[in-house]
Amino acid sequence: MSTDLNTDLLNNDLLNTDLPDDDLVNPVEPFLRTDRMPHIWCPGCGIGTTVNCFARALIESKIDLQSLALVSGIGCTGRVAGYVALDSFHTTHGRAIPFATGLKLANPKLNVVVYSGDGDLSAIGGNHLIHAARRNIDLKVICVNNLIYAMTGGQTAPTTPDHATTSTNPYGTFEPSFNLPHLVEAAGAVYVARWTTFHVRQLARAIGEAFQKKGFSFIEVISPCPTLYQRRNKLGDSLDTMKYYKAKSKVKNGAPTSEVGLTISGEIIVGKFVDRERPDYQSMMRAQYVDSLGDRFVEPMEAEVCS
Amino acid sequence: MKADPRGVLTGEHFIDGDHACCEGALAAGARFAAGYPITPSTEVVERFAARVPTVGGTFIQMEDELAASITLQGGVWAGAKAFTVTSGPGFSLMMEHIGYAAMTETPCVFVDVQRGGPSTGLPTLPAQADMMQARWGSHGDYAVIALCPNSPQECFDLTIKAFNLSEEFRVPVMFMMDEVVGHMTEKVVIPPADQIEIVPRKHTKESVEEFQPYKTNGDLVPEIAHAGEGYRFHVTGLTHDERGYPNMTPQTQDKLVRRLQNKITSAADRIAMFEEAHLKDADVVVVSYGITSRVAQRAIDTAREQGLRVGKLRLITAWPFPEKKIRQLAGRVKAFVVPELNLGQMALEVERAAAGRAKTFSLTHAGGGVHRPEDILKVIVEASR
Ligand SMILES: Cc1ncc(C[n+]2csc(CCOP(=O)(O)OP(=O)(O)O)c2C)c(N)n1
Ligand code: SF4
Ligand SMILES: [Mg+2]
Repeated sequence: MSTDLNTDLLNNDLLNTDLPDDDLVNPVEPFLRTDRMPHIWCPGCGIGTTVNCFARALIESKIDLQSLALVSGIGCTGRVAGYVALDSFHTTHGRAIPFATGLKLANPKLNVVVYSGDGDLSAIGGNHLIHAARRNIDLKVICVNNLIYAMTGGQTAPTTPDHATTSTNPYGTFEPSFNLPHLVEAAGAVYVARWTTFHVRQLARAIGEAFQKKGFSFIEVISPCPTLYQRRNKLGDSLDTMKYYKAKSKVKNGAPTSEVGLTISGEIIVGKFVDRERPDYQSMMRAQYVDSLGDRFVEPMEAEVCS
Repeated sequence: MKADPRGVLTGEHFIDGDHACCEGALAAGARFAAGYPITPSTEVVERFAARVPTVGGTFIQMEDELAASITLQGGVWAGAKAFTVTSGPGFSLMMEHIGYAAMTETPCVFVDVQRGGPSTGLPTLPAQADMMQARWGSHGDYAVIALCPNSPQECFDLTIKAFNLSEEFRVPVMFMMDEVVGHMTEKVVIPPADQIEIVPRKHTKESVEEFQPYKTNGDLVPEIAHAGEGYRFHVTGLTHDERGYPNMTPQTQDKLVRRLQNKITSAADRIAMFEEAHLKDADVVVVSYGITSRVAQRAIDTAREQGLRVGKLRLITAWPFPEKKIRQLAGRVKAFVVPELNLGQMALEVERAAAGRAKTFSLTHAGGGVHRPEDILKVIVEASR
């Protein structure tokens, strides 16, 4: 274990905030359903780290928690919805984005976060991902990319990089993988960033930035699944993965997303790749109705909520 | 509660069943729909897309039915009354989310304007072959409510009823139209808003501290809260306890799944709607629903003119199946004649409920047209012997 890395990790650790000495409550605790602990995630799993960053971003951005809803699909990452003390929806495999779209359209005042895995969002849910980006629905999508279908035992995902071994490609994968930032940028996302679970401060900051954007925001978090991906590919444990993330990550804000594809042990380009303005779906919808209907247009919220 | 007048197009109209269904949804208070075009159902959402921005609501055309069938549920949890509309192939794609709505107790309406199947089948022609799918199509044990209109007027009236039932029982309601009813144009009378009874959402009155999203109180239907109201609750399709938290024990599973089923079956008599005639003296009862009931009417009238003692039982509620009614009749009639545009789906239910005490004649039709009244008459004659 490199002491170097330990110091780095400590420096990055969210617990390392300015806590009053007499109060050792974890600052993210109010954001969690502590009555559901312990969680199901394996030791060394990166998902918990991303949740920590998410909570940190909520603290820092002072976002109104009452207006915040979180939607997950199915998978290890999909379990996030069950652990956050928010209005939270654990939906079906691949369909977090369309569920979130319904929430947002029926109550535009909600801040809607989609928190799910790479397989959920880009395989079974891939169609919804690109269409939500195209429409520029005002959603904040956090995609925990562990390069594998973890929940079901380590099968090949559309993100599994070149020749990695999985339970369904026991002799190594050979299909090309998705470069998710490139995909969502091409589809129309207004904010696209990638960080790893080593970059906890940057990740928390990116989530905070996404909250400031109106439109489809996508944050990819490269995250270890020591149990199924790292071990099967002889990439060591979680700490080894942190070393890898530290050694091979290169911050390139504004990098062309066509150049940020991942390989099994190569460089990981991280940073904020896209930050642009495009009218979001609801603004476009409203403008179109006002233009076409004039006085006959009635604002959706006036009649919609039936409670 | 009375209907919001903004959604109610009071007056006499000459419209088809699809359009009438849309007006029923608007009158019921639906202000959100997500859909994907498919013949012969598309006119419902086309009309909704034109009407809803003028009454304060939203329509979105999604990328497929997988999306539409869950987008509408997001709308419900944000506080809207919501529905989707489809036909066979799309209905098949929606099955997982019908299960999700049943499991999460999301009040909503799925309209299926039935066409010939399987697969792409007969896109523009009628069938009634999704009746079992409506009941059993999603995996696992659950219960739904399904209604079958037989005229544009009923497409209006029963769509309101479908929304009301979905709210009362927190259950997905299947609105089982067919291509002929969807495309037939007739007079539809839309009453004034203050004559339309609306069942409001069963919203919780509990405090944020006390609220548990799946705790029942006296009856079998829990109270609901919406996102953004401060309850910070959890909803999952996993087996869950009263707090809404996942719980993987057989005990929790048993309690939940039985309640989901019982809340509907225990109210079956109250939910059951049917139209009946001449049942008192009947030897034979024609059991039909949807467009087939209109063809059957001719056969029944002719049979009675010929002196045959034929009764009519038209199912308006298909699910929960009104088996008590069939059971009662089975004790005193000789036979049931069940014409339907499928190879014998609801006939199985009639047969099951009759339990051998009356004969069941299943009069099948693979779809693409309707029965000829004389074919139904022939079976009535045979059954009367
Ligand atoms: C319709 C459907 N198909 C398949 C599954 C099984 N399944 C559950 S999670 C999962 C993959 C999840 O992978 P990912 O989204 O990457 O999440 P992770 O577990 O890696 O966090 C699959 C295939 C399912 N639940 N539903
Ligand atoms: S299987 Fe992998 S992704 Fe799932 S909890 Fe374990 S380490 Fe995390
Ligand atoms: Mg994964």
